[in-house]
Amino acid sequence: MARIGVFVCHCGENISATVDCHKVAETVGKLKHVAFSTDYKYMCSDPGQTLIKEAIKEHNLTGIVVSACSPRMHEPTFRKAAAEAGLNPFLCEMANLREHCSWVHEKNDMTTDKAIDLVRTLVEKVKINSALQPIKVPVTKTALVIGGGIAGIQSALDIANTGHKVILVERSPSIGGHMSQLSETFPTLDCSQCILTPRMVEVAQHPNITLYTYAEVEGLDGFIGNFTVKIRKKSKSLDEKICTGCGLCTTKCPQKKIPNEFEEGLGFRPAIYVPFPQAVPNKPVIDREHCTYYIKGKCKVCEVVCPTKAIRFDQPDEVIEVQIGAIVIATGFDIKRADFFPEYGFGKYKDVIDGLQFERLASASGPTSGAILRPSDGQVPKNIVFVACAGSRDPAKGIAYCSKICCMYTAKHAMLYKHKVHEGKASIFYMDIRSAGKNYEEFVRRAIEEDYVNYIRGRVSTIYERDGKLIVKGVDTLLGGQPVEIVADMVVLATAGVANHGAEELAQRLHVSYDSHKFFAEAHPKLKPVETNTAGIFLAGACQNPKDIPDSVSQASGAAVKVAALFSQNELTREPLVAFVNRTAPPLYSTCVGCFLCQSVCPYQAIEREDFKTRDGKIIKTVAKINEGLCQGCGTCVALCRSKSIDLHGYTNNQMYTEVMALLNEY
Amino acid sequence: MSEFEPKVVAFVCNWCTYAGADLTGTSRIRYASNVKIIRFPCTGRIDFMLLLKSFANGADGIIVSGCHPNDCHYTSGNFHAKRRWIMFKELMDFMGIDMNRITFSWVSAAEGARWAEVVNTTVARIRELGPYVSYKQMVNTAVEEEVTND
Repeated sequence: MARIGVFVCHCGENISATVDCHKVAETVGKLKHVAFSTDYKYMCSDPGQTLIKEAIKEHNLTGIVVSACSPRMHEPTFRKAAAEAGLNPFLCEMANLREHCSWVHEKNDMTTDKAIDLVRTLVEKVKINSALQPIKVPVTKTALVIGGGIAGIQSALDIANTGHKVILVERSPSIGGHMSQLSETFPTLDCSQCILTPRMVEVAQHPNITLYTYAEVEGLDGFIGNFTVKIRKKSKSLDEKICTGCGLCTTKCPQKKIPNEFEEGLGFRPAIYVPFPQAVPNKPVIDREHCTYYIKGKCKVCEVVCPTKAIRFDQPDEVIEVQIGAIVIATGFDIKRADFFPEYGFGKYKDVIDGLQFERLASASGPTSGAILRPSDGQVPKNIVFVACAGSRDPAKGIAYCSKICCMYTAKHAMLYKHKVHEGKASIFYMDIRSAGKNYEEFVRRAIEEDYVNYIRGRVSTIYERDGKLIVKGVDTLLGGQPVEIVADMVVLATAGVANHGAEELAQRLHVSYDSHKFFAEAHPKLKPVETNTAGIFLAGACQNPKDIPDSVSQASGAAVKVAALFSQNELTREPLVAFVNRTAPPLYSTCVGCFLCQSVCPYQAIEREDFKTRDGKIIKTVAKINEGLCQGCGTCVALCRSKSIDLHGYTNNQMYTEVMALLNEY
Repeated sequence: MSEFEPKVVAFVCNWCTYAGADLTGTSRIRYASNVKIIRFPCTGRIDFMLLLKSFANGADGIIVSGCHPNDCHYTSGNFHAKRRWIMFKELMDFMGIDMNRITFSWVSAAEGARWAEVVNTTVARIRELGPYVSYKQMVNTAVEEEVTND
C-alpha cells in the first residue's frame, strides 16, 4: 500500500504570506495513503532536506510530494534528496505552490484551497509513479560555437584550451564581429582592433579549433552530448587551399561600387573582397549577388589575374553534418537602422548617422582614415550633436528596454570627436546617464569636465535640414522643459541595440526559447543566465540582450566552463522520461497492431519496428519499439495511439487521467 | 458559496507555457485563482479525451496552451496538437459541446503577462457562461440508464 509523504514549504514568507501552509499540510495529511505531512520554513535548506530524508526512512514512504516552488527550479534538489534516503528519485513530485499560486493570487481561502488541490492532485499521481532508472548516454566531446564575434571567439578559445575540439561557425566572410568595426573602446580608449586581432589569429591557428566562415547552421538534431548539426558552407567561389591571399583579384575587380557592409555603407567594396584588412581568414570571397559574371555571364577578370588560379566559379555550397556534444550561441546583436526614425531624418539626411557609422569614421582603418568628416561634403563638422536613447527606452516604439551600451559609447564618441576636432562643439541629448561599470562613471565625468562635452538632459523631438545645416530641436528638462535648438553640422544617433537578423530562425532551428524582442532567452534570469531551456545549449554575449565587451567576454568564458564541465564526464545520465510500448507475455498478444501512426509523428525517428517470428523465421506480427537513446519524451505518439499501446514514463495515461480526476473531484 | 467560482483546468506544456506561468509568478502578476495547471511535456502529448473527462468531472472551462508555432521544444509537437485541435473542435462543436468553454492559446516562456491575460479572460468568460452542469448531468445520467437496463 502507498505511503505518501507531503512536505509543504513556506519559502520564508513567499508562500506562507498568501497560503495557509499549516492548513495545507493538515488537510492533505488526512487523505488516504498520506502517511506523513508537515510544513517547514525552507524545504530546500539543509535542515529542510534532512527533514525529508528522515521522514522517508522513519515512515518508510513510497512516494513524496514536495509542495514548494516550481519544479523547474528545485526538482533536481528534492529528487537527489529522495535518492539519498533510498527512495527512487522519480517517486518524488513537486507541487508548484509559489510561482503558480502564492505569487499570483491574493491572500484568501480560495488561494489556500487551490494550494490544497494542487498538492492533492500530485499525491494521487505519485501513488502510481513507477521507479525509473536513469538512462546513460555517451558524450561527444566537440563543441559548436555559433558566431565569431568577441563572445564566440572567447568561448571557442576557452573551450579549446581545455583540450576539447571546437567548431566555430561564422556567417560572414571573417570572424571579428562588431568589435572589429569599433575604433576605440570605453573606458580606456584603447584601439579595438589592436586588442581583438591577436585573438582572431589565435582562433585561426589553434589546433583544437576548426573555423568555418561564410557558413550557417541549417539544422540540429539530437540532444545534450549527442547533437548532429548541419552546417551549410556557402560557396566562396575560391579554392582556399591554393589562394595565397595576395589580394590582386580584389584590386582588379571592375565592380567597385558595392556599399561596404563593414564600413556601414560609408565606403565601397568590389564584388570579390576581403571584408577588412585584418580579416581572418584573410582570403577573399565572391559576392555572387553583385558579381558581374554571375549577373551577366561574363567578366572573369579575377580568374585571369589570379596568380595561383584559385578562382572556382562553379563551386557549389557544401552541406556538412557534424557530431557535437554542446553548443554556445554567440550570434550577437544589431542596431536599429534608418526607417525606424523618420522624425530624425535618418536615411534622408546624409549627415544623420548611427553609432556604428561614427565608429567607422573615427577608425584609423575607416573610409576617412580616422578623420571625422561629414558624409555629405567631406567637411569637418564644427558642431556635432549626439542623441542617446534613439529608440531605446521608448515603449511607444516597441523597445521598452535600455540598450545599455549607448551612454558609454556616446560619451566615447564625443571624446573622440573632441580629441580630433579641438575647436569643435559636441552636445549630447540624454535621458539618464547610465554608467554602471568599472571606471565608467569616471569616464563620463572626464568627457564632461576635461573635454567640455555639453550634456543636455532631454529628448530630441525632430531634426530637419535648413541651409545645409541640421536643426536639432529638443528640450532641456533641467531647465524646466525649455525648448532647445541646436544648429548642427552632423548628428549621431545612438540607435537601440536589437536582436541580430536571423536570430528568430536560428532559435527555431535550435529549439531554444527567445523573448518578444527575439533575443535568446536564458533558463533563469538570475541563476541560469548562461544556460538555455534546452540542455547542452548555452548563451554568450549580446545575443541575449545588449551587452558591452567585458560582459560579453565574461559570459563567453562562463559558457565555456559549462561546456568544459559537461565534457569532463564520459557518460551523461538522462532522465528516463521516455515513451515505451506496452508489452505482454507472450509478446504476440501485444495490443500494438503495428499501424505505425506513431512513427509518422515522431520528430526524432525514435520509433522502430520489431518483428515477432516463428521458429522458421516467418514474421507473424510487427509492433512498434522505442529507441530510448533517441526518444526525447514529447509524448506526441502517446496521444495519437489508437490502441493506447504506447505510453510515456512520468506522464502515463493513467497518471494524467488520475491527475484530472483528483483535481476536479471532491476529497 | 454565494457567487459562482468557475473550475478551470489548464493543460500546458512544460517548456513554454509552464515556464511562462512561472514567469508570471516571478513577475508577481496577479490572476484569477480558479485556474489549476496540469503539466505535460508537450501539447503534442495532450490527449483530447482528457478534455471530455474534465468536463465530465465538473470542469467549467479548460485552457490548452503550449509553444508558439515553430518554437516547440520537440520541433513539431505543437503542430500535431494544433491539427488535432482543429479536428476535435469541429467534431465536438457538432456534437453539441460548448466550445466557448475551451481556450486554445500559445504562451511562450517569456510571456508571463500574456499568461495572466489568457487566464483572466477565460475565467471572466466562463463566469458569464455559468456552471457547465449540462454535460456532467448528461454523462452521468447515461451511465445510470445503462445500469438500470441490465
